[in-house]
Amino acid sequence: MKLPIYMDYQATTPVDPRVLEAMLPHFQNDFGNAASRNHEFGWKAEKAVDTAREQIASLIGASAKEIVITSGSTEAINLAIKGVVEMYGEKGKHIITSEPEHKAVLDTCKHLEKQGCEVTYLHPDKEGRVSVQQVQDAMREDTILVTLIWANNEVGSINPIREIGALCHERGVLLFTDATQAVGKIPVDVEADNIDLLCLSAHKLYGPKGVGCLYVRRRKPRVRLVAQQDGGGHERGMRSGTLNVPGIVGMGAACALCEQELSEEAERTSKLRDLLEDKITGELDYVTLNGSREHRLPGCLNISFSFVEGESMLMGINDVAVSSGSACTSASLEPSHVLNSMEVGDELAHSSIRFGIGRFTTEEEVNYAANKVIDVVTRLRELSPLYEMVQEGVDLSTVQWQGGH
Amino acid sequence: MAYSDKVLDHYNNPRNVGSMDKKAKQVGTGVVGAPECGDVMKLQIEVEGDTIVDAKFKTFGCGSAIASSSLATEWIKGKSLSEAGQIKNTEIVQELSLPPVKIHCSVLAEDAIKAAIDDFRNKQDS
Repeated sequence: MKLPIYMDYQATTPVDPRVLEAMLPHFQNDFGNAASRNHEFGWKAEKAVDTAREQIASLIGASAKEIVITSGSTEAINLAIKGVVEMYGEKGKHIITSEPEHKAVLDTCKHLEKQGCEVTYLHPDKEGRVSVQQVQDAMREDTILVTLIWANNEVGSINPIREIGALCHERGVLLFTDATQAVGKIPVDVEADNIDLLCLSAHKLYGPKGVGCLYVRRRKPRVRLVAQQDGGGHERGMRSGTLNVPGIVGMGAACALCEQELSEEAERTSKLRDLLEDKITGELDYVTLNGSREHRLPGCLNISFSFVEGESMLMGINDVAVSSGSACTSASLEPSHVLNSMEVGDELAHSSIRFGIGRFTTEEEVNYAANKVIDVVTRLRELSPLYEMVQEGVDLSTVQWQGGH
Repeated sequence: MAYSDKVLDHYNNPRNVGSMDKKAKQVGTGVVGAPECGDVMKLQIEVEGDTIVDAKFKTFGCGSAIASSSLATEWIKGKSLSEAGQIKNTEIVQELSLPPVKIHCSVLAEDAIKAAIDDFRNKQDS
């Protein structure tokens, strides 16, 4: 077993060797510009892009013409939300989203609020999910777009997108879903799931970084967007810029592999996730699951270890790469807005760790990580005045704290 | 974020971890910080005459907070109460090479020393 162990698959994933193999010819031999219409080099590149587009579309149940290539999810999110607002601005100015969205969605919405849009931020339940009823209650005459994350990147909670999509279609409101964590991990079908716009990013599903796409529905209804980047009119005018052929080929190959291996992989990663959780909770008390036990991503485990702070835990488990919702680990010094929206409480947010299990995680690695976590938490609890107080029977919520920063 | 060798050393081998009887008359206890802020330090001193003969700590917080309080206990042992009360957070920052975002950890350690001394003095008065 090689150290350090990577257990942060929601942050990014390594490129699958089979994906890399598909990409390599497009750096040197088949390096043509897919927009060159008058020679062999261009035709080859265009053909490779067409194949990739089919592979991407197939994974999400779309048609190839509905795929707009972008540099990743952030760009696709900006294009979807701003593009819809500009195109349908005369119909209305109201958008519905939720508090635990990715910053790319929240900041785009904030930007649009300054330009006169009105945005409703739905408050999720304690598991980080929003309900169809909440969306329905928030809908107004002038609502033009609902934008909701499919699977949350921090806690892995899965929203009832299919039901929300059905509601949106009934009301004639567009549904955009940030499916960056969902695609390739759980079944996604834009037809059955009633989705109008969807984004994904290749590097979250064993493809390369710097490439992603936006699915834009072409019929029932035909969704139109105002481009956010001017230029040569690539991607049917929706996203100008020379196509990243090796990246797109890689994204296609990665999607094809996900389609073949999805159910088997989901089962395997779920088992490893449960093994990790069982081992940890078998040895440690005061461990809380953040998110939904029933509706969550296969490879995501977000747990809080009461009375130990997240950054000090990460320092201790330094040969296992994981993430923390602790304020101390973020540039902003703010605890996770996702955990905050779920009303987890600042203390537990400070103590949260996200373990991300993926395609290349082994049982041996999970065992190692679990033992390491158990050791570090035990050691830090011996150091923790809070743990000591609780052992003495003190109710921490009744203590008058002073001098906090 | 990279940690200085001294922070790592205190984190991996914290000095003077433990608890004293907070009801004992020769013991002063300072508890500062709050769980929702991500830092709580408990620092205790045992005093004979005017000298701190022993110090113990327990800290809930990041590595820099643990290191700051561990260092504080090392420094105050053997000092008089007034000498210990003069330790400045900037000295802790310098010794541990704390980055700007971690300065609050050193402030908390300074506060913890002062709180423990105050507690001891209050006990003697009562």
